[in-house]
Amino acid sequence: MDVSAIDAIIERYEANPSAILAILQDIQAKEKYLPKEVLEHVGERLRIPLNKIYRIATFYRAFSLQPRGRHEICVCLGTACHVRGAPRIVDQLNLQLGIRPGETTKDRQFTLETVNCLGVCAAGPVVAIDGQYFGKMSPGKVEGVLKQFRSREKERVDGKA
Amino acid sequence: MGRLNSPEELERFRSEILSQRDVRQPLITVCGGTGCHASGCHQVVDAFRKVMEQHAQGNGVGLRVTGCHGFCERGPLVVIHPQKVFYQKVKPEDAAAIFEKTVLKGELLEHLLYDHPATGEKIGKEEEVPFYKKQMRIIFGNNGSIDPQRIEDYLAVGGYRALAKALFLMKPQEIINEVKKAKLRGRGGGGFPAGVKWEQCRNAPGEIKYVVCNADEGDPGAYMDRSLLEGNPHSVLEGMIIGAYAIGSHEGYVYVRNEYPLAVENIGIAIRQARDLGLLGRNILGSGFDFDVKVSRGGGAFVCGESTALMASIEGNVGEPRAKHIHTVISGLWERPTNLNNVETWANVPVIIDRGADWYTQIGTEESKGTKIFSLVGKVNNTGLVEVPMGITLREIVYDIGGGIPGGKKLKAVQTGGPSGGCIPESLMDLPVDFDRLTEVGSMMGSGGMIVMDESTCMVDVAKYFMNFLKDESCGKCTSCREGTKRMHELLTDITEGRGTLEHIDLLEELGWVTAEASLCALGGTAPNPVLSTIRYFRDEYKEHILNKRCPAKVCRALLKYRILSEVCTMCGRCAKACPSGAISGKVKTKKQEGIPFKIDQEKCIKCGMCFEACKFKAIEVE
Repeated sequence: MDVSAIDAIIERYEANPSAILAILQDIQAKEKYLPKEVLEHVGERLRIPLNKIYRIATFYRAFSLQPRGRHEICVCLGTACHVRGAPRIVDQLNLQLGIRPGETTKDRQFTLETVNCLGVCAAGPVVAIDGQYFGKMSPGKVEGVLKQFRSREKERVDGKA
Repeated sequence: MGRLNSPEELERFRSEILSQRDVRQPLITVCGGTGCHASGCHQVVDAFRKVMEQHAQGNGVGLRVTGCHGFCERGPLVVIHPQKVFYQKVKPEDAAAIFEKTVLKGELLEHLLYDHPATGEKIGKEEEVPFYKKQMRIIFGNNGSIDPQRIEDYLAVGGYRALAKALFLMKPQEIINEVKKAKLRGRGGGGFPAGVKWEQCRNAPGEIKYVVCNADEGDPGAYMDRSLLEGNPHSVLEGMIIGAYAIGSHEGYVYVRNEYPLAVENIGIAIRQARDLGLLGRNILGSGFDFDVKVSRGGGAFVCGESTALMASIEGNVGEPRAKHIHTVISGLWERPTNLNNVETWANVPVIIDRGADWYTQIGTEESKGTKIFSLVGKVNNTGLVEVPMGITLREIVYDIGGGIPGGKKLKAVQTGGPSGGCIPESLMDLPVDFDRLTEVGSMMGSGGMIVMDESTCMVDVAKYFMNFLKDESCGKCTSCREGTKRMHELLTDITEGRGTLEHIDLLEELGWVTAEASLCALGGTAPNPVLSTIRYFRDEYKEHILNKRCPAKVCRALLKYRILSEVCTMCGRCAKACPSGAISGKVKTKKQEGIPFKIDQEKCIKCGMCFEACKFKAIEVE
């Protein structure tokens, strides 16, 4: 991420130190994670010590210090999804992708995350991939859903070649 | 339209909007809430647009994407006005037929009507659907008729009338008295009288005061605040402006979860529109009163729903609560007097000011007035958001509105209050729902999550689920909460995995008591509720796990065993194909060869349940 892009985000909040959360959120949305150099730069600009920035970045669930995969899989573990069997969906994703929640596949294609509630309880168990919702999930449907993203990926690569 | 500089100008503008609207003109409304969004409402809207563009009579028909109607189970929802024909589970390919038959000719499309799950009866109008019939939608009702991104729609249903009344016909103290008289209690969970809080904040010393709207709805399984903020953001905003005027504040914040992108967008749009019309900002409606609102997005920490943690987060700090020896109404945000209420509480304010406390107090029970919005989810037929008068029984909510339990299963418990609440057993279903009754039985109102559980829900697993949630979300400041939730989770894990002893239950009760007593904020203070309430009402289920190493609901994986009934097995081989660990062996029966019934190797079985799901002949048994 280049410095001017970060500065543009910081300027959007008039370099106000109390807007640190919003600034980090915008960077996270753009980069999908918070690179170390960026945090250092933000700290210098806002005059916030780096340890405080790290404290915030590690306290809130919304932030990641590690690079993310191309596709972000978010399994809802809200109560409604839980009683309808959401933990089994996580197990199945774990089996298919070989990663646990919070981890990214080696090929950087998928990151697996869980969320406390997406508020789409009627469709539970719900999985959101890149913001697209898949409702009424079951362990048996996992493979088919993943396939959609794998083939999209293939199209993208083939298209490039 | 430029700024409105007086209440008269507001009314003139309102009449102008209404004069351009003909209620007899056909109008198609499509629910645009997140629930319907997940079931594909946007494709439906696009399909309608296309049909209307191509049709000669398309111009004379309105199309509106509205806020959440509440009946998420049956989305995408479409209502055709003026007849109010209610269509559910609408697909993009239905658009042409709906337009040509229903909108133009008034004919009903049978296959899109709601059919009663018990009787199979087809119902044509929204208000006749049982899900809506017993509700009282004074706060949530407008969601279905307005486009949340257009302030004109809110004005058309009487929006900002209460604000004009408050600013020009009432003194701040009169507003506070009215809210006190209405006995409005905080809808975020605590149930503290809002009017009393406002008065304390008004009387607190200091020039600068803040009002905050808590939209950090972190309770899993609860989404009513999101739907209000998404579907009718101006009602929340109007409540905040009235509150700020009564308290004497000129600056406000809406702290909203970032996981709710549509809510963040819609409240942002509402703020800009209100500013442009002079309903927010400097000299509101020419009254001389200034007030403006900023949006602050949350970082995904449950504890930030706690008032002091939320304020720390707005200030740009880590969201840790502090001791409240001095209340936030005296010293809150940036150590100034701060009044915080949640989304639903604010949305109640315009209704109280507009229709008066005398009208409002007719609804509800002695100490809990008005309505409450619940998110009715879990093992229930009609999942969705329901607004009911306080005092209605749980049974009415689950059976009359919720349509009972799917698959003919038996109701076991209703969980209210999110991770801070408890499980209420079937035997207490006739309990009238209000703040005090729920607390008496060991649960709480909370923000309004209501999760229905049936016989296939394991109560020990539910307690473990909440404890896992709380141990992750505990900020770690108090030892009792940080360690207490963790140890309780370990004990519950032991029980669900067959390592439990009867002492585990005693220890859980003791730990629960310590955690509740010794923690600073409400997160720790109420954390043991899910455990203590399930022990209180479902002790036998705990004992069954401990003494017989059995999970009666067949949920706790370590205690389960999958077995194939050889006499039922058709030797199709589906299970073996589905098994990810190669634990199933046998031989597929074909025309040419004899088969061998399939068998599960218990050593290799990882108990994922894939075979159970794959088997079409119910040949797999779980014990």
